[in-house]
Amino acid sequence: MASKLLKTLGGLVVLAALGLGTFAFVTAPQPRPDAVWSGLAAADLTNGRRMFFAGGCDSCHAAAGSEGDARLLLSGGAPLPSPFGTFHAPNISSDPTAGIGGWTLAQFGNAMTRGVGPNGEHLYPSFPYGSYARMKPQDVADLFGFLKTLPASANVAPPHELPFPFNIRLLLGGWKFLYFSDAPRVEIASTDETLRQGQYLVEGPGHCGECHTPRDIFGGFKTDAWLAGGPNPEGRGTIPNITPGSKSIGAWSTSDIATYLETGFTPDYDSVGGSMVAVQKNMAELPAGDRDAIAAYLKAVPAQP
Amino acid sequence: MKLKPTLAALMLTCLGVGAVVAADEPQVVRQEMMKKVGGAMGAMGAMAKGEKPYDAEVVKASLTTIADIAKVFPDHFPDGTETGLDTEASPKIWENRADFKAKADALGAAATAQLASVPVDVAGLGPVIKAVGGTCGDCHETYRLKK
Repeated sequence: MASKLLKTLGGLVVLAALGLGTFAFVTAPQPRPDAVWSGLAAADLTNGRRMFFAGGCDSCHAAAGSEGDARLLLSGGAPLPSPFGTFHAPNISSDPTAGIGGWTLAQFGNAMTRGVGPNGEHLYPSFPYGSYARMKPQDVADLFGFLKTLPASANVAPPHELPFPFNIRLLLGGWKFLYFSDAPRVEIASTDETLRQGQYLVEGPGHCGECHTPRDIFGGFKTDAWLAGGPNPEGRGTIPNITPGSKSIGAWSTSDIATYLETGFTPDYDSVGGSMVAVQKNMAELPAGDRDAIAAYLKAVPAQP
Repeated sequence: MKLKPTLAALMLTCLGVGAVVAADEPQVVRQEMMKKVGGAMGAMGAMAKGEKPYDAEVVKASLTTIADIAKVFPDHFPDGTETGLDTEASPKIWENRADFKAKADALGAAATAQLASVPVDVAGLGPVIKAVGGTCGDCHETYRLKK
């Protein structure tokens, strides 16, 4: 009788081990093949700067409250509150020890587009690789080149403050299995170049959906509510719907949207606020054509109520 | 007595009275102040965009409105008005009254500074709008909570 119990327990342990092993195998970090990152053209720093502001790197990686040129010191540490705990963006300055100065392009590219860290570990999706996954390798290479021209910082950011079980990186494999995708978020039936450019900027480096799309209980996008807004994942207030069905911007023209991104003023001269202020300041650094493209895309996505 | 029209009239009266009564509430007063600031910026913006002919008097009036409102705006956040009446005021205002006042002072200072040298034509209007408008986001970033 005791041996039957032991056999059952033993069987369960073996099953659990097999289950965990399968999980770990299926959800292991998947960097892209090295060929993706070799043979690219030398970094175009102008485009790299454009990707930097489109990607909004400084909004998380510069110290909180940075203004003007201080935004270019990517010393890390700024807290990002979430329902899963508080994240602290790391130092991505050009410092070879404390930052990414010693990284290869492949390491940078795999972090940006697959959420795989330099030591092969899963990265938390608070770093929006789920959006950056859509970036073209050359754009990633240009950005990497630009980042390496920025000042070095020796700062070591605090570790993430995540309660159990969110502090177990291995589980991120499961999250990626459920949610990671580099397919277009919406189907735009048009060959218009401006729309395509807008889709790339919004769904890729702009990572607008990371705030503007509502999430489910595990923090994955509700993909059929793309850009529909919802409660602020950082805590208080609401993130607006930015589709044509939006109560706040649904009636805006593409020119209204582009002007807002450039100046921070709505058509009736209300002003941008909250976390969008930093984003708008970055959008203001882009070429006008990029803001026009973003606006065109926002008028073309499916309207959400 | 016809019930439906009577009830409808009663509801409308209550709503109307409610609107009048609420007009003094700090939440409503301060929302109206911000709308006036928006209107003042808009008057300048319309000229800058070429939608209206340039008029230095309009610029002076706008900047004066903004400077006047900036002076008294922080006085309309008494304890007890943190919520209600669709206010978008962040609780941080009550946690950091000094900094909130400093942000309002920055708006007032920017408007007053521009009043000292109102441009003679539309070409000089861009920097005016930028100088004053730049302070809007600084305050809204921390102290306004989108509903």
